[in-house]
Amino acid sequence: MKSRYATMLFGLLIAGVAHAGSADHIKTSHAWIRVLPGDLPAAAYVTLNNDSDAPIALTGASSTAYASIMLHKSSSEGGMNHMAMLDAMPVPAHGNAALAPAGYHLMLMKAVKQVQPGEHVQLLLKFADGSTLATDFLARPANAVDAGS
Amino acid sequence: MKSHRSCFLILLLLLAGTLLLSACHHDEPLPFRLTNVTGHMPTLQFQLTDDQGKTVSAEDYRGKVVLLYFGYTHCPDVCPLTMAHLHVVMQRLGKLADGAKILFVTVDPSRDTPKVLHAYVHAFDSRATGLSGKPRTIEALVKRYRSAFTREPATADGNYEVIHSSAIYVFDREGNPRVLFTPASSQDDLVHDLHLLLAQGDAE
Repeated sequence: MKSRYATMLFGLLIAGVAHAGSADHIKTSHAWIRVLPGDLPAAAYVTLNNDSDAPIALTGASSTAYASIMLHKSSSEGGMNHMAMLDAMPVPAHGNAALAPAGYHLMLMKAVKQVQPGEHVQLLLKFADGSTLATDFLARPANAVDAGS
Repeated sequence: MKSHRSCFLILLLLLAGTLLLSACHHDEPLPFRLTNVTGHMPTLQFQLTDDQGKTVSAEDYRGKVVLLYFGYTHCPDVCPLTMAHLHVVMQRLGKLADGAKILFVTVDPSRDTPKVLHAYVHAFDSRATGLSGKPRTIEALVKRYRSAFTREPATADGNYEVIHSSAIYVFDREGNPRVLFTPASSQDDLVHDLHLLLAQGDAE
């Protein structure tokens, strides 16, 4: 009897994993947005932890608060700043990847209404397998250097 | 005997004078930690429009230690990070920061009007001023400091990207170039060097 329940439970777990996808294996931390005045594009940052055995690719995000969001990466070569649009950011198996200032970031454009520092904005992170993860980002002032405490 | 004594006194005074003069001498090299560009770059010279719409020249900022940065407001990642770091540096200087000035020169003058620039720079630090001008004027200024920027072709929605230099040029109170700060440099070194420059020839 006991073992039958266990088998059922195991079966359910397997089914759950098969349907849930990448998003279930991602934990987020340090999610914040640097808010800029007016309708200037802002940047969102977050650290992603992947607890699965396979790498997971973040492909972008969407939000009801911004009309357009793009995955970008800043790089500096020979003293010149360059920003490139990317299709995906890899999160290694059992590892972390961070969207952080001067590197990977989500560029948020055309805010539906001006976001104020202190507010929380929900972004829906999208992964390569089509799964999504709703994450709350803390809006921080322009002159913040990190996610704060 | 008396004349001998006064002669000695004059000599002593002369010696004291010489010592004082050499102590005040400006060419004495300062122990900078950042890349020293003293004498290797042109002095601070420009005629631009500030974020209040007023025509200003480099002479208006003489007496202040100037931190010159070329950027643009439609740059959501690196430019704000640089400005946020400069704000932290100003805070670390405390009261001394009143002797320093951040000048943010836009390399995107068509989008960065004085109004946009004003809101932008003040979101970072009250001691920052945004400067704009005719594209040709800005191009010449960028060239003057051997900096560079290029514009990438616009996307379908008219958005475009600007590739630009990330250095910060630090000038002393007389407008002479002194040190160069790059993203690879340490913030402590910038604070250290600013202390040296701010201690020099307080204008007030």
